[in-house]
Amino acid sequence: MSTTQSLYDGDRPLFHLPEEPHHPDGHSTMLGFWIYLMSDCLLFAGLFAMYATASESFAGGPGPKELFELPLVALNTAMLLFSSITYGFAMLAMAKGNKSNTLLWLAITGLFGAAFLSIEMYEFSHLIHEGATPQSSAFLSSFFALVGTHGLHVTIGIIWLVTLMVQVARKGLIQANQRRLMCLSMFWHFLDVVWIGVFTFVYLMGVAR
Amino acid sequence: MSHAPLTVDPIFGRLTLHSLPFHEPILVITFIGVVLGGAAVLGAITYFKWWGMLWREWFTSIDHKRIGVMYIVLGLIMLLRGFADALMMRAQQAMAFGDNAGYLPPEHYNQIFTAHGVIMIFFVAMPLVTGLMNYVVPLQIGARDVSFPFLNNFSFWMTAAGAVITMISLFIGEYARTGWLAFPPLSGINASPGVGVDYYIWGLQIAGIGTLLSGVNLIATILKMRAPGMTMMKMPVFTWTSLATNILIVASFPILTVVLALLSLDRYVGTEFFTNTLGGNPMMYVNMIWIWGHPEVYILILPAFGVFSEVVSTFSGKRLFGYSSMVYATIVIAILAYLVWLHHFFTMGSGASVNSFFGITTMIISIPTGAKIFNWLFTMYRGRIRFELPMMWTIAFMLTFVIGGMTGVLLAVPPADFVLHNSLFLIAHFHNVIIGGVVFGMFAGINYWWPKAMGFKLDETWGKRSFWLWVIGFYFAFMPLYVLGLMGVTRRLQHFDDPSLQIWFIIAAFGAVLIAGGIACMLIQIAVSIRDRKKNADLTGDPWNGRTLEWSTSSPPPQYNFAFTPVVHDSEAWWDMKRSNYARPIEGFQDIHMPRNTPTGIILAGISVAFGFAMVWHIWWLAAITFVGMAVVAIGHTFNYDRDYYIPAREVAETEAARTRMLTAQG
Repeated sequence: MSTTQSLYDGDRPLFHLPEEPHHPDGHSTMLGFWIYLMSDCLLFAGLFAMYATASESFAGGPGPKELFELPLVALNTAMLLFSSITYGFAMLAMAKGNKSNTLLWLAITGLFGAAFLSIEMYEFSHLIHEGATPQSSAFLSSFFALVGTHGLHVTIGIIWLVTLMVQVARKGLIQANQRRLMCLSMFWHFLDVVWIGVFTFVYLMGVAR
Repeated sequence: MSHAPLTVDPIFGRLTLHSLPFHEPILVITFIGVVLGGAAVLGAITYFKWWGMLWREWFTSIDHKRIGVMYIVLGLIMLLRGFADALMMRAQQAMAFGDNAGYLPPEHYNQIFTAHGVIMIFFVAMPLVTGLMNYVVPLQIGARDVSFPFLNNFSFWMTAAGAVITMISLFIGEYARTGWLAFPPLSGINASPGVGVDYYIWGLQIAGIGTLLSGVNLIATILKMRAPGMTMMKMPVFTWTSLATNILIVASFPILTVVLALLSLDRYVGTEFFTNTLGGNPMMYVNMIWIWGHPEVYILILPAFGVFSEVVSTFSGKRLFGYSSMVYATIVIAILAYLVWLHHFFTMGSGASVNSFFGITTMIISIPTGAKIFNWLFTMYRGRIRFELPMMWTIAFMLTFVIGGMTGVLLAVPPADFVLHNSLFLIAHFHNVIIGGVVFGMFAGINYWWPKAMGFKLDETWGKRSFWLWVIGFYFAFMPLYVLGLMGVTRRLQHFDDPSLQIWFIIAAFGAVLIAGGIACMLIQIAVSIRDRKKNADLTGDPWNGRTLEWSTSSPPPQYNFAFTPVVHDSEAWWDMKRSNYARPIEGFQDIHMPRNTPTGIILAGISVAFGFAMVWHIWWLAAITFVGMAVVAIGHTFNYDRDYYIPAREVAETEAARTRMLTAQG
């Protein structure tokens, strides 16, 4: 929309401009990705709503107090929060045009993400081993669905991150790659925000109740 | 938890020869018809050597105009399927009284009413609406394409993939017998152990991806790609309603995705979300699916309102009355769309206060809608009305929709709803607003923009025949249902005992036959118009003396839409240009930046059909392979950085010179 050219020739309205208004490549990608993220946010909203209504439907089975180990979850949360910080460092390196540092920080981010996933999978397998399976009660079904969907997003984020690392290594920090890194950055921080919701509402409030 | 023990073959999953409906003569005959018809179409394409052209210029095209046309073709084809279901139901209900069991056994009848609802909403109304928005919005805002052209092609093919999965269920296995929203526990694994609900789930999930992405795409397009000078309050009303619709899509389809995913978990891994055991809560499904479902009906009707606004002002030769009130009414309807979902289940037992809240918000929606009706009437007032086909559909809409709207307000009163819920009164109401609103709107839009897309007008004689058959047929088909509903007849019944009701069903069936005539006339109208395309050609690009930007370019528009990006000073940009004696530029053309075609969209959608089919039939190896395949193709696509090209100025000059010659020859 923004144009440096006047839309009038003196008093006479112009109906086309002598110089084409230029839409730079990918000029709406950020907005589009924001809108996508908001739709993803609603997806989580649906899962949170499901969890909220089922959060006390234990069906005689175990509840949050018996199941959740807060120290483990705190460690897990730390992994994800650190990965957001390191992603920030990757973006700073990108802004300086430093390709090797960008790749290094992306790799560290990916490792933190993988650590997060490993701890989550350990937690899940531990729960299932104890008999607290997704099939045990509506509470556990919605717990696994909410936390698992977040984990699935992190998995996709890691695959995306590796893909981008290959692309940055090959093509360098060209405009298109910078845009893609920016999108993944938004995605990654978004997952962090969702996790803070999960940590607060599912784990902390679950145990506190 | 409570999984029915299923024998699953490692290669074919649940799929056996018994899955093919050889024992159903109706399906066998349909199948033979589809095979013969399909062979004829494919044979003709091969004979005329159209495959290469179709692949290069349509299937892989990222041109929003081509994609828009493909959406509309998909919608019209699926209309034939959905309407065939309607005719079968009307015939069954007209004859199945007393000793006569009709010709459809209950399990088949139940699949038909489910398929009818799903197909009409998801694969007829949605593609028609999305198609029109895709075609028209970029032209109305003076853009050369949408924000994400590849995504647009991908969205279309995912919608088509969902339709294909739904159609496969006709001949391999069965479709859901649950009604179009598949409420649990009926749709749970215990009550519906077959593949029907799985076809339902995967068809909708795959099409839903397309719908959501196309919503994101069009919002970004409208917000970012408008021509210089086109502020928000100078956007054409159709673009405004499209914006509201796409915001509703983005804000509601994720909930559908979630709720269907949770239902699949219940069915596939035995979780307890919507079951009646271990804390599951089926009413949560009903809540969530209507949080999507109610906005969905506004997703359909708002673009139709946009079409009527364009048509009324064009054919009355007047500026639209109350432009800003129209815009605000649209926004208010979009917001209220989220505050009414509970009126779909007043009888669930939420209590008087909750029901009152949702009853009142529902009634409030009639205020902005009524404002729109008055705006259209005032636009017509003292206008020079031309009763061309789009205007006829618009007037039929205004009369019909007002009736449907008033019965809607009636149903919004919770005590009345306790009497009328789940009855044929409700069926009559929503067909009254969906046919009288959305379908008439889409027909108005197709008749209105056809010359723009194709370069020739649609035949008026056959168009009028279709119009009268549709409108009269609608009243014959649905007014009796109001009567029956008031008498207490519930929906989805396959057989009746009380013979005194039969006459009403016969009248309704007669109405359905009239509508069938209307559809036939519409197909003839299209065929005749293509035959006479020279006679009805639109060489000016502005056949209706239009007011918005799409009429400023040629019919059909060149690939780049506008040789120069237009500059906008008024909400009726083209009218403003005509009034100011605007001279079309004939020199000084520049290279035009355009996106490049790609086959990735159709390939991904093709794999997703196989994936959906594998999931439906529990063919796990195929599901795994196709899932990985989709990921590989999608990631592979991101390694292609060469996505655009320039149309050289010389080529633009040639195209524009050809148009200049054409306009001069017109005089």
